[in-house]
Amino acid sequence: MTMTQRFITIGLVILGTMLTRFLPFLLFPAGKATPKYVQYLGKVLPSAVFGLLVIYCLRNVSLISGSHGLPELILIALVIGLHCWKRQMLLSIAGGTVCYMLLVQFIF
Amino acid sequence: METEKGIRWRALKAAFPKTIPIFAGFWFLGLTYGVYMNTAGFSFWYPMVMSLTIFAGSVEFVTVNMLLGAFNPVQAFTMTLMINARHLFYGISMLDKFKGTGWKKFYLIFGMCDESFSINYTAEIPKDIDRGWFMFFVTLLNHLYWFTGATLGGVFGSLIHFNTEGLEFVMTAMFVVIFLDQWLKEKTHTGALLGLGISLLCLLAFGSENFIIPAMIAILGVLTLLRDPLTKEVWRK
Repeated sequence: MTMTQRFITIGLVILGTMLTRFLPFLLFPAGKATPKYVQYLGKVLPSAVFGLLVIYCLRNVSLISGSHGLPELILIALVIGLHCWKRQMLLSIAGGTVCYMLLVQFIF
Repeated sequence: METEKGIRWRALKAAFPKTIPIFAGFWFLGLTYGVYMNTAGFSFWYPMVMSLTIFAGSVEFVTVNMLLGAFNPVQAFTMTLMINARHLFYGISMLDKFKGTGWKKFYLIFGMCDESFSINYTAEIPKDIDRGWFMFFVTLLNHLYWFTGATLGGVFGSLIHFNTEGLEFVMTAMFVVIFLDQWLKEKTHTGALLGLGISLLCLLAFGSENFIIPAMIAILGVLTLLRDPLTKEVWRK
């Protein structure tokens, strides 16, 4: 690939990314009333999206090989428990991550 | 009357703690990305410029492969749209929250990665903190973490030895906590359960490389079918 072709490729990736980010705001500008259906989606989508993001993070965990997703399962349970108990976002995340690292480095 | 500088400073102080987990995650992922580009034979300028201008982790990794392959602009563009299609959902969710943020709105949209969106959507911003500046600093700090991580990885590349197996779990832990926070706050869990269930089914059916788009379409479809009953639940006070 030549230098120009590389620049074009990177430019198109930037353009595509920005398109996905700006499109809703271009379609539904702040000055105009947003359609009821889109308002409804704005209310119900986030919870579903957070579910999608959790699965997205776990997409490369294999259930049939390696450790069968066991460390991930244990640690997610631990993070949920810790968070329900203390409600400290940083503590839940840091605690979960440190335990996960210990688990995959020393046990699994 | 508080000065503009004071307002900004307090917003930064409120935003910073929310971004600490992202600092850990982005430095780890950013360094990995920089090292990856370095070992693939690219100068540090590439991760530096790409982390600054694209600012979307997963697609930046994919771009490295595209740059190594044959020139295919159509594929570069469509791949990007597919990988980043989830941003459309973020935008729809943020239409209201970004209102009235002035010139900062442009940057807020530009920097709306998974993490910026999640923090800005769920954060309970104290009444005395300027919302626009708070979200601006969350986005800016995240951008800075990603940029510095990727650049350092690109510069020091092969010199860095990772003994950090498992650190990537910081992102999973963060999204689990965000999901949980939202769960504890909402009146109905239908959306959350649908998101989780449909995504999992699609992951099993289509595999890790291809499941996002079918999952998004299915989520959109089911939420549309459930519009009447869910509208009642969501707006019930």
